[in-house]
Amino acid sequence: MWFPAEFRMADAYKVIDHAYDAVVVGAGGSGLRATMGIAEAGLRTACITKVFPTRSHTVAAQGGIAAALGNMGPDHWTWHMYDTVKGSDWLGDQDAIEYLCREAPAAVYELEHYGVPFSRTADGRIYQRAFGGMTQNMGEGPAAQRTCAAADRTGHAMLHALYQQSLKHDADFFIEYFAIDLIMVDGACRGVVAICMEDGSIHRFRAHAVVLATGGYGRAYFSATSAHTSTGDGGGMVLRAGLPLQDMEFVQFHPTGIYGAGVLITEGARGEGGYLTNAAGERFMERYAPSAKDLASRDVVSRSMAQEIREGRGVGREGDHIFLHLDHIDPKILAERLPGISETAKIFAGVDVTRQPIPVVPTVHYNMGGIPTNYWGEVVTLKDGDPDTVVPGLFAVGEAACVSVHGANRLGSNSLIDLVVFGRAAAKRIGATVAPMSALPPLPKDAADLAISRVDALRHSRGGSPTAQIRLAMQKTMQANCGVFRDQEILDEGTRKIDAVYQQMADIGISDRSLVFNTDLIEALELDNMIGQAVVTMHAARNRTESRGAHMREDFPTRDDETWMVHSIGWFRDGRVTLGTRPVHTRTLTDEVAYIKPKARVY
Amino acid sequence: MATFTLPANSRVTGQGKSYPAPAGAKRTKTFRIYRWSPDSGENPRYDRYTIDLDDCGPMVLDALIKIKGEVDSTLTFRRSCREGICGSCAMNIDGANTLACTKAIEDVKGEVRITPLPHMEVVKDLVPDMTHFYAQYASIKPWLQTATPTPNLKERLQAPEDRAKLDGLYECILCACCSTSCPSYWWNGDRFLGPAILLQAYRWLADSRDEATGERLDALEDPFRLYRCHTIMNCATVCPKGLNPAKAIAEIKKMMLERA
Repeated sequence: MWFPAEFRMADAYKVIDHAYDAVVVGAGGSGLRATMGIAEAGLRTACITKVFPTRSHTVAAQGGIAAALGNMGPDHWTWHMYDTVKGSDWLGDQDAIEYLCREAPAAVYELEHYGVPFSRTADGRIYQRAFGGMTQNMGEGPAAQRTCAAADRTGHAMLHALYQQSLKHDADFFIEYFAIDLIMVDGACRGVVAICMEDGSIHRFRAHAVVLATGGYGRAYFSATSAHTSTGDGGGMVLRAGLPLQDMEFVQFHPTGIYGAGVLITEGARGEGGYLTNAAGERFMERYAPSAKDLASRDVVSRSMAQEIREGRGVGREGDHIFLHLDHIDPKILAERLPGISETAKIFAGVDVTRQPIPVVPTVHYNMGGIPTNYWGEVVTLKDGDPDTVVPGLFAVGEAACVSVHGANRLGSNSLIDLVVFGRAAAKRIGATVAPMSALPPLPKDAADLAISRVDALRHSRGGSPTAQIRLAMQKTMQANCGVFRDQEILDEGTRKIDAVYQQMADIGISDRSLVFNTDLIEALELDNMIGQAVVTMHAARNRTESRGAHMREDFPTRDDETWMVHSIGWFRDGRVTLGTRPVHTRTLTDEVAYIKPKARVY
Repeated sequence: MATFTLPANSRVTGQGKSYPAPAGAKRTKTFRIYRWSPDSGENPRYDRYTIDLDDCGPMVLDALIKIKGEVDSTLTFRRSCREGICGSCAMNIDGANTLACTKAIEDVKGEVRITPLPHMEVVKDLVPDMTHFYAQYASIKPWLQTATPTPNLKERLQAPEDRAKLDGLYECILCACCSTSCPSYWWNGDRFLGPAILLQAYRWLADSRDEATGERLDALEDPFRLYRCHTIMNCATVCPKGLNPAKAIAEIKKMMLERA
């Protein structure tokens, strides 16, 4: 654990105690869905969030939410399941994937009932578009139109609808409260400590269940589509609680981030007929994925683009990016189905999509890894030889979690469905296991002391390294040494460098000592959450000597099911990473679908 | 004669600091930024930061982040998505409310003056207190209300033409640029709902799936909540998403007339 360079007594902080049946940390798609479900079960529910709910990063999701509704043609949830398993490069747990795909249609209908303004088909049903890796008939058939869309603002439409619904429910929102640490007693989670950003008061939340819905840590990289607030705070809290994170080496690069700005252009752009070209004007995806072409899964497309650039066929003055064409599509269709990215391309690339291609480059987008859970959202760990040991009182959902349904590579539009299906699953589990208003055991007197002393040490830190400087060093290291292509040499250097960046945390110094809306302090706390995850990510990437999904080792170019059909887990204690494994679940949830056996992954 | 008293701490009188451009910078720009912290006990001030544009991204938010990261980490503002969809970084730049993340620096001539959204209580620097705005949003019951039973394991049907009526309404990001640029909202913000919230109210009135039109109109039928809109149109001018709240308000007024 990070510790201050010099010891000083903590200032006296105003500490306020709260008691709830359940506390959700985070108010994005999964956090809001969990909050609503728990409140509906009649439990005393609190939701703590560092930004106003509609500002969470779910709002930036564009293309859509996957569910086998079959509104555009034949579809079945087992086909969705097959595609998800193949997309995961067989690292996903098939019991959880079955649960996801089976529950998906009901979850989308529920969103429609909440008022989400989905785009519509001529007969008034929810419009669905093609997305990467989504096919018919267990990979045998043509592309499936499975991704339900509200133009290209699906995340915005969904997050606002979820917040609107949550206003109806009896849940207490603590907005612009930053969660600092979990309260762990004898290996069980008993609550969470947070700081109110408006006045700096410390709040201790006692609860039977804590749900981490804190999102990914994309900002550990230099160029990411993620929001500035995507700092994976739950993952940081879990590492400090002595629990492991899982599959952290699997970091998704989205094929189409705008060159320079890093802002996302949805895969739905290719779903609506867009295509990529290199400097020769060639549609190169036809060479890499003869069947799916531009709609191969994201790891495949990103790698192909990086390969084109590496071999000197990139576009632009530096030959370092690729063109995405939409200029052949009817401007009326663009205005109706892709209005958001048309505006974004104008603002951030100065491009009129009806006439010019968009300059794009693979950009960090999503963390397949995270806090290991079962399909109920219960956090699990490897303990006394049992890899499925449940951590009492602790749940994780959404991008913060690793259920794992995305395995080594997530399919586009499977993340929004993950949010609502598992947000609801965790709520159901908590509703079934926690008695409303039941007595909460008292906390030890010093339950918040560690959290407060960490805040206080950072608030008064006077070291020579500002937060922004350490953060930049971390981001540059992750970008350079843990990117699309990896090998032993680059990862050896990467682990040395990222360990050194971690050491620099002891020299951190901030300037704002105020208790009122101290974003200098919040950014330091966020960095403290990210750095541990960055270190684990780099070490796990060095350790996995195979190529699978988003993790591409040039020195081990093939998938090695013999050795590596396992989840990697990593602890981070006293500045050191310890790695282990958990088995991949090779069972389905029911007899209605058989285990999908590994085979070569070709698109 | 009426006399007016400004609230405490509202006059900018404090002596601001100036941070010069780094040595060797060729293309510079100066940002004059409103600073106020309740801790200091002092009145607000403007600090001036001159930065090297050749070492900065193109948007005003890029400059703010650069200043916070490299010059003065006490500078306080909200930001998240940096692509104009979360609505966090709404502020007044060069005299107009907008999002810092989509406002190009080169679009501002001379010094870039930045202040918090006007006529809001300030928490610190560029961070306004949004509590009242959010409470007004909740007051219009901004969720789908229906009386007919929800179809089981099916969507409600909606014709594409009906769905198209929501375009220009549902895209609102609740940044409050419009409401805080509205003189009527400045004067009567305690009771007038303001353009953002009325746009949202109309979003539900316009939704063919919603069945609470009567109740929604009843709730708006009030000299202050709705009728303080005097079609000044600042809302439509500043909306960073290109929406037109004034038009939505006019549509509500039309609905009121039609049912009268």
